[in-house]
Amino acid sequence: MSTLLEIRGLAKRYDDRLVLGPLHLAFETGETVAVIGRSGCGKSTLLRLVAGLDRPSAGTVTLAGQPIRPDDVAIVFQEPRLMPWLSVADNAGFGLQHLPRLERAEAVAEALDVVGLAGAATKLPKQLSGGMAQRTALARALAVRPKLLLLDEPFSALDPLTRAGLQNHLGEVRDHYGPTVLLITHDMDEALVLADRIIVLDGPPGRIVAEFAPRLPAGIKPTAPAFQRWKDRLIDVLGPASQPTGTLTKLEDHRHAV
Amino acid sequence: MTDLAYLPGLGERARKSRARPSALAGWILPLALTGVWEAASRAGLIAPNHLPAPSIVAITILHLAQSGDLTDHLAATLGRLGLGFLLGAAAGTVAGALTGASRTLRLLVDPLIQGLRSVPSIAWVPLFILWLGIFEASKVALIAVGVFFPVYLNLMSGIAGVDRKLIEVGRAHRLSHLDLIRRVLLPAALPAYIVGLRGGLGLGWMFVAAAELMGASEGLGFLLVDGQQTGRPAVVIAAILLFALLGKLSDIALARTGQALTAWQDTEGDR
Ligand SMILES: Nc1ncnc2c1ncn2[C@@H]1O[C@H](COP(=O)(O)OP(=O)(O)O)[C@@H](O)[C@H]1O
Ligand SMILES: [Mg+2]
Repeated sequence: MSTLLEIRGLAKRYDDRLVLGPLHLAFETGETVAVIGRSGCGKSTLLRLVAGLDRPSAGTVTLAGQPIRPDDVAIVFQEPRLMPWLSVADNAGFGLQHLPRLERAEAVAEALDVVGLAGAATKLPKQLSGGMAQRTALARALAVRPKLLLLDEPFSALDPLTRAGLQNHLGEVRDHYGPTVLLITHDMDEALVLADRIIVLDGPPGRIVAEFAPRLPAGIKPTAPAFQRWKDRLIDVLGPASQPTGTLTKLEDHRHAV
Repeated sequence: MTDLAYLPGLGERARKSRARPSALAGWILPLALTGVWEAASRAGLIAPNHLPAPSIVAITILHLAQSGDLTDHLAATLGRLGLGFLLGAAAGTVAGALTGASRTLRLLVDPLIQGLRSVPSIAWVPLFILWLGIFEASKVALIAVGVFFPVYLNLMSGIAGVDRKLIEVGRAHRLSHLDLIRRVLLPAALPAYIVGLRGGLGLGWMFVAAAELMGASEGLGFLLVDGQQTGRPAVVIAAILLFALLGKLSDIALARTGQALTAWQDTEGDR
């Protein structure tokens, strides 16, 4: 395996307030990394810097040793953010305008197929359920065949059943397209189910306070003892999910134990 | 059309809340009034030199049509309006798109345009006549000025109000500034733009009438003056009715087109 994404000394300040970093991180090609942490700790900031939507105050992000190029990354936001005037297919092809029509149609059809929306290609966003809309957004990101797929809490606004379905789709996506994935989440189950590696962020300023590589077998049930053990360790670091007040002191106790 | 169309918010709300229980319901009152008017005229309750009966007005229109004069007058009015509308709407579109899309341009240009807007459009007429002569060009210019402002204002505020999150999707896909305008901002602002176009068209009708009243040898506005000067109220009323009819028809056509183009909107009022 080779290093795909490398983040060095990345930091972001708004006005004079440091909200993220300095942060060091490296991703292997094809790896799925979940970044988990409580609300406001700087997760989205990290993602936006990697996506090139904001400029870092310090540090670099490189992809395979090069400055990150627009075509290499695609992002799915917490909300679908579909263009309401475009059909599902046209939304999915939004990033492919530079391609010849036929090529674009093929890439769109493939992406819609992977997310299970082949039958809804001509629908308008207003006709979609929340899950379908978010799958369309996922298809839009996949259609550009990014080396790096960035997901910012993409399933958090969905009901649990839809979320579970979409998490399955993400599995299929990885099998099909094989992108390296950076998944931002605050859902421990989601992180444990989907990620090869889990990075715990706390802040602001957002810093890495723990790192896990559970490597649970694919398709493991959340009730399985191994799953529960990892979850307990996550809870120790994060604090109970219901009251996400994990203090730094508490976290310090664990960072060396990991 | 009223000046309310100047105010994007108001125009939009008015458009959205307008119920349409049945297209026929709107005809009841005008037809009833026409009936009463005809009856009152025949009973001698209304002096024919003030308000001739509807049947007389209808015959007047018929005569105008048979002589071919009506076609000439309509062609003149519609030609001026069409050209003025195109020019004004085009200028309003460009200016609105640019100032809507660029904060810098908006800060730089919008105050000037707002200042110009507070000049009553008719006040430009003497200047236009000095610059462009008394014939077609100055009339078209007046109409274009009237059309410009609602188109400009609605498009600008429509674009400036586009959801920042959608714009970010465009930026995440590295759209050029021009592509961002073309593929995100303009489509998203289309509903507001159509409100602006409808407001512009309404003002266009107002100013074509004004321009023709101030001096023309043909056109519906000329018919108004001619009817007045030759003491033929039936001609004046015929011209008024034609203005009403054409204004309404053109607005319906624009509104229908707009509804078809913005059927993607997830709103109650447009469905
Ligand atoms: N544009 C901004 N201007 C100022 N502060 C910001 C901005 N964006 C985020 N922040 C601050 O940065 C911190 C991290 O925000 P964010 O990355 O969105 O957190 P998360 O995604 O983990 O919930 C928060 O304290 C937030 O208030
Ligand atoms: Mg966030």
